[in-house]
Amino acid sequence: MLDQTFVELSRWQFAATAMYHFLFVPLTLGLSWILFIMESCYVMTKNEVYRDMTKFWGKLFGINFALGVTTGLTMEFEFGTNWSYYSHYVGDVFGAPLAIEGLMAFFLESTFIGLFFLGWDKLTKRQHLMVTFFTALGSNLSALWILVANGWMQNPVGSEFSPETMRMEMTNFFDVVLNPVAQVKFVHTVAAGYVTAAMFVMGISAFYLLKGRDVGFAKRSIAIACGFGLAASLSVIVLGDESGYELGDVQKVKLAAIEAEYETEPAPAAFTAFGFPNDETMETDYAIKIPYALGLIATRSIDKEVTGIKDLMKQHETRIRSGMIAYGELQKIRSGDKSADVMAKFEKHKVDLGYGLLLKLYTPNVTDATEEQIALAVKDTIPAVAPLFWSFRVMVALGFAMLFLFAATFYFTAKRNIEQQRWLLKALLWSIPMPWIACEMGWFVAEYGRQPWAIGEILPTSLATSTLTTGDLIFSLVGFITFYTFLLCVEMYLMFKFARKGPASLHTGKYFGETTAPAAE
Amino acid sequence: MIFDYEVLKLIWWILVGALLIGFAVTDGMDMGVGNLLPFIGKTDEERRVMINTVGPHWDGNQVWFITAGGAIFAAWPSVYAAAFSGFYMAMMLVLFALFFRPVGFDYRSKLGDSRWRKAWDWGLFAGGAIPSLIFGVAFGNLLQGVPFHLDELLRAHYEGALLSALLPLLNPFALLAGVISFSMLTMHGGIWLQMRTEDPIASRAAKAVTIMGSIAAVAFALGGVWVAYGIDGYVIVQQPPINALPNPLAKEVVREAGAWLNIYDSQPIAMLAPVVGFVGIGLTILFSKLKRPGFGFVTSGLGMTGIIGTAGLSMFPFIMPSSTQPSSSLTIWDAASSHLTLTVMFWATAIFLPLVLSYTVWCYYRMWGKVTVEEIQARSHSAY
Repeated sequence: MLDQTFVELSRWQFAATAMYHFLFVPLTLGLSWILFIMESCYVMTKNEVYRDMTKFWGKLFGINFALGVTTGLTMEFEFGTNWSYYSHYVGDVFGAPLAIEGLMAFFLESTFIGLFFLGWDKLTKRQHLMVTFFTALGSNLSALWILVANGWMQNPVGSEFSPETMRMEMTNFFDVVLNPVAQVKFVHTVAAGYVTAAMFVMGISAFYLLKGRDVGFAKRSIAIACGFGLAASLSVIVLGDESGYELGDVQKVKLAAIEAEYETEPAPAAFTAFGFPNDETMETDYAIKIPYALGLIATRSIDKEVTGIKDLMKQHETRIRSGMIAYGELQKIRSGDKSADVMAKFEKHKVDLGYGLLLKLYTPNVTDATEEQIALAVKDTIPAVAPLFWSFRVMVALGFAMLFLFAATFYFTAKRNIEQQRWLLKALLWSIPMPWIACEMGWFVAEYGRQPWAIGEILPTSLATSTLTTGDLIFSLVGFITFYTFLLCVEMYLMFKFARKGPASLHTGKYFGETTAPAAE
Repeated sequence: MIFDYEVLKLIWWILVGALLIGFAVTDGMDMGVGNLLPFIGKTDEERRVMINTVGPHWDGNQVWFITAGGAIFAAWPSVYAAAFSGFYMAMMLVLFALFFRPVGFDYRSKLGDSRWRKAWDWGLFAGGAIPSLIFGVAFGNLLQGVPFHLDELLRAHYEGALLSALLPLLNPFALLAGVISFSMLTMHGGIWLQMRTEDPIASRAAKAVTIMGSIAAVAFALGGVWVAYGIDGYVIVQQPPINALPNPLAKEVVREAGAWLNIYDSQPIAMLAPVVGFVGIGLTILFSKLKRPGFGFVTSGLGMTGIIGTAGLSMFPFIMPSSTQPSSSLTIWDAASSHLTLTVMFWATAIFLPLVLSYTVWCYYRMWGKVTVEEIQARSHSAY
C-alpha cells in the first residue's frame, strides 16, 4: 500500500521547488529579449545611453539569472530523485525533450551568457549583440522543450504502453513535439515571461521618474518595455483563451473544476464569473453567471456541451472498472501468459489501465478492490475545485489589470508626457509583484488541475513517487526551503540595492548620484 | 532507423561516457578552481583573478552536467530512476553544494564587504569540493554494487534511509574513488590556472598540479589493486538476446572476485584506458614543471578520460549492479530506452553536440589570454 503522507510530502517538495524556480524563469525569458532590443538600438544608433541601459538592466538580469540556474539544477534531477517510478514509467518519452533541452537550449543560453556579462571589452559591437541574441534564443528554446515535456504530461500523445517493458514508449516523436497543448502552453508561458519583464522594467523606471532622476534613461526604458509588454499581454490573453479551448478538448476535468461546473449544463454553457464552490454539496453558492460564455470559450460553438463534474465522475467509474480488468490481464502477461485471449483482452482495456492504477492507493492488488475503494478512487479523479476556481480568477484579473497598465503607459509614452502621470507611475511601481503572482497562479492551475494524474489518465501521482521514507523527504524539503529562502533573501537584497542605485552602479560618471559623490565601492 | 537496436544501445553507452568526460574536462575544471580558491588565492584580487579565469565559462560548462543527467533520463530511464533516488542523500548533498556556485560567481564581487566575499569564496569551495568528492564516491559504489532491487512492476526499492543510507556509501573503497576524482579534478583546475594566470598564482597552481596529480596516480593504482583483490565484480551468467526489449529481471547475474578485470583479458585493447590514465597524469605533471601548461591541460583531459574510461570499461556492460539482488542489476542492454527514442536522441546529439562544441570553442577563443590583477583592477565593477 502506498503511504499517503509520503506522497503528500513528495508533492509538496515538487511544488515548492518548481514554484521557487518559476520565480526566476519568467524574468529571464522576457528580459533577455528586452536586452536584445536595447542593444540593437545601441548598435543601430550608437547612442551610448542604450549601451548603458543594456548593461544596467543586464546587471539586474544577472542577479535574477543566478537563482534561475540554482533552482533549475534541482528540476533536472528531481524526477530521478523523487519521482523514480515516474522516471521509469515515462522516461522513454519524457526524457527526450529534457535531454534535447540541454543540448539545444541550455548550452546555447549558458555558453553565451558569460560573454554577455564579461565580454563587452573583448567583442565587437556586433559580436556582443549576437551573444545577447543567442542568450535570449537559448532561454526561450529551453521553455519550448520544457513545455513539450509538460504538455505531454497534460496530454500524452505519440506514445503507447508496452506490457513487455512495463512502461510508456514513444511511437511518434513529432506527435510529441507538435502536441497542440504544448504549443499553446509554450506561447502562453513565454508571453507571460515577456509581460513579467516589461512590468519589471516599467516599475523600476517609474521609481526613477517619481524621484525625478535619470529621466532620459528611464523614459527610454519605459518606451521599449511598454511596447513589448503590450504586444505580449495581448498574446497571453489570446493564447490563454486558446488554452481554454484546448482544455475543453483534452482536459475536461480541469476545465470543469476551474469553472466549478458540477452539472452538465445545456449548450451553450454559462460562465461562472464569481461564486463559492462547495465540493461537499457539489454546488456553487452565490454564483454569478454570464450566459453562453463558457460554451463559446471551451467548444467554439453554441451547440456542444461542456461536461460537468458529476457526469465526468460517472465516466470515470466505468473507466476504473475497465482499468481493473486491464491490470488483471497485465499481471497475467507479466507472469508469462501471452496467449491470444489475454493479449486481446488487455489491448481492449489498455486505455483504462491508468484508471485501474488509481486503486493502488487503496489496494495493492487492484483487481480485488471493494465498492467503497472504487468509490474513493472515483472521488479522487476530481481535484479540489475551490483552489482552482480562485487561482484561475486571480490570474485572469491580474492579466487584464496589466493589459490596462500597458495600454495606459503606451498612450502617455506616445504623448511624451509619461513623467507627469504620477498616478500611473505609482501604479506601475506597486504593480511589480503582479506578473509573478499571475505566473505562479497559472502554474498552480495547470499542475494542481492535472491531479490526480502525474501523466494525464496514464499514471497516478500517488504511484509515481520514489520508494524513499518520510524522513528522507522531511530532510530534503527542509533543506530546499532553507537554502532557497536564504538565497532568495540575498537575491532580493541585491536586487533592491542595485535598483535603488540605478544606472550609477555602472560607474560611468553620467548618472544620478555620481556627480555629487564619486563612486567608492 | 539506420542502426540496429543493439548497436544503438552500445552507441549510447559511449555517448553517455562522452558526456561525463565532457563534464569532467569542462565543469571539472571550474570545480578544481573552486577547490584551490581559498588556498592559492592569498588576496581578494588574486581570488578574483582565479574566479575570472572561469567566470565567462562556468555556466556553459555546468550544462555538461545537466545534459548528462538529461541524456541518462532519455537513454537509460531505469538508471536515472534507480540511481538518483537510490543515492538520494548523496544527491541532495551534491545539489545543496552546487547551489553555492551560480550565486557565488555572480554575487561575490557585487559588494565590497570582505566578510561577504570570503563567505562566498568558501561557498565556491564547497560547490567544487563536495561534488568532486561525491561523484567519485558514487562511482566507487557502482563498482561495488548498490543495495537495490526491482519489484514485479519494475519499481526500485532500497535499503536504509537518511544516515543509514548515506553512511554505507562512505565506505573505504568508495572514499578512495572519491579521492581519485577529487585529486584529478583539482589537478585539472590547477593546470588551467597555471595556463590562464601569471605568477605568483601560476607557480602556486603548478605546485598543486604536482601534488594532486601524484595523489591521483597513487590512488588510481591502489584502486586497481583493490578491484583485483578486494572487491567482487559482477558477471552475467545468462541473459536474453541483447537486441531484445529491455527487461532487467530476465537475466541471471552472479558476483565473482576479480570479475571487473575480465574485460582486460578478453579485450586486451581495453588496457589502453588505464594506461592513458597514468600517462596522462604523468605528462601533466611533466608539462606543468616545464611551464608548458597548454599541453598539460590537454594531457590532463586525456588522463581523466582514461580514468573514467577505466571505470566504465571494467563494469561493461553493467551500469548499476545490485548488491542485494544481483539479477536486478541494470546493464546497457536492459536499462535502455526504446529503439525509436534511442534513434531520435542519437540524431539530436549528432546534430547539436558538434554545434555546441564549435560555439564553445569560439567563446573560449574570444575570452582567451591571461587574467591579471591589473585587468581586475581596471574592470573592478563589471568583473566577477
